[in-house]
Amino acid sequence: MHKFKKKGSNELPPISTASLPDIVFMLLFFFMVSTTMREVTLMVRQTLPSATELNKLEKKSLVSYIYVGVPHQQYQRAFGTEPRVQLNDQFAEVTDILDYIIVERQARNEAEVPFMITSLKVDEYTRMQIVQDIKQELRKAAALHINYSARRKAEHY
Amino acid sequence: MARKVPEIPSASLADIAFMLLIFFLVTTTMDVDSGLERRLPPFVEEIDQDTPPIKERNVFIVLVNRDNQLLVEGEWMQLGELRERAKEFMANPLDREDLPEKEYKEVEFFGEVGITKGVISLQNDLGTQYGTYIAVQNELVGAINELREDLAKAKFGKSFANLSRDEQNAVREIYPQRISEAEPKKVGGQ
Repeated sequence: MHKFKKKGSNELPPISTASLPDIVFMLLFFFMVSTTMREVTLMVRQTLPSATELNKLEKKSLVSYIYVGVPHQQYQRAFGTEPRVQLNDQFAEVTDILDYIIVERQARNEAEVPFMITSLKVDEYTRMQIVQDIKQELRKAAALHINYSARRKAEHY
Repeated sequence: MARKVPEIPSASLADIAFMLLIFFLVTTTMDVDSGLERRLPPFVEEIDQDTPPIKERNVFIVLVNRDNQLLVEGEWMQLGELRERAKEFMANPLDREDLPEKEYKEVEFFGEVGITKGVISLQNDLGTQYGTYIAVQNELVGAINELREDLAKAKFGKSFANLSRDEQNAVREIYPQRISEAEPKKVGGQ
C-alpha cells in the first residue's frame, strides 16, 4: 500500500466569508428599495383583467383600494360564493364605501385630498352589477378619480 | 494608555442580515399597480331633461350585453374590430356624412384644425362580465391613444409621451377622450 498524497501541504485554504454580510446587505437594500409593504391580506379571489393602455399609479400613499371578488374557500361558509367587497382587512357592504372614503380622506393631508385615487381591484369574472353599485357610491362620495386595476397584456399585432 | 478592546466577532453579522432579508422578502410585494384611469361624472340627483340633443352622427354607440357580445352602431362586432372602428369614428379622415361633424378651431402649433364633435357612448348590461367591460374600455382608450400617437409622430416626429406639456395638450385638444358611460340597463336578467 502506498500513499496517494501528502497530507496537509496542498489543501485548499477555506473561502473567506468576511464579505458574506456585505453581499446579503446589498440584496437586502435592493429588496427594501424595490418593493412595497403588503397592506392588506386578500380575502377574495382575484384574477385581474389584462389591458394594454395602462397608467401607473404614481403615489401609493394617495391610493385607496377596493377589492371585489369571490371570497376565498375558508370564508365561503360565512360570506357565500357571490362576489363580495373587501375594504381594508374585512368584508363590507357596498353602502360602507361612503364611510370608507371619508375615513381615507381624513387620514390624508388636506392638501393632498384632491389628488386621491380610488383603485378598483375587481376580479375578471365579476358581473357588472356590483361594480356599477360601487361606482354609484363613489360618485356619491365625490371620489371621482378612479383606476380600474389591470395587468399588462402582451401587445398583439 | 488605552487598553486594547477585543474585537467583536462579526461571524453572526451574515445571519442577522439574512434574517432581515427574509423578513423583507416575505412582507413586501413587488408588483407595480397599474390600470385604466377614468373619471366618473359627478353625482346628480335628477338628470336634467333639457340637455341639448346630440346628433345621431356624433354618437358612437357601443352596447355590451350579458353574454359579453358587442353591438357597435347597430352592428354585431368582434372585440378585435372595435379599435379600428373607433379610430375611424373619432378621426373621420374623409369627412364622411355619417361620421361626426368637425368644429374648426385655432389650436396652438397646428393652426386651424377640425376638432371632432364625436362622443363615444358605452352602455353595458348589469350582467356583463367585468373582464369584457375592461377589454372594451381598453380598446376605446387605445383607439384615442393611437390617434394621438399618430398625430404626434406626423407633426413633431416624436412619440406622444416625449412631447412637451404644451404640445401634449394641443394634441389632446384635437383628439379629446370623450367616452361617456350610460347608466346600465338590466335587460337580460340574471
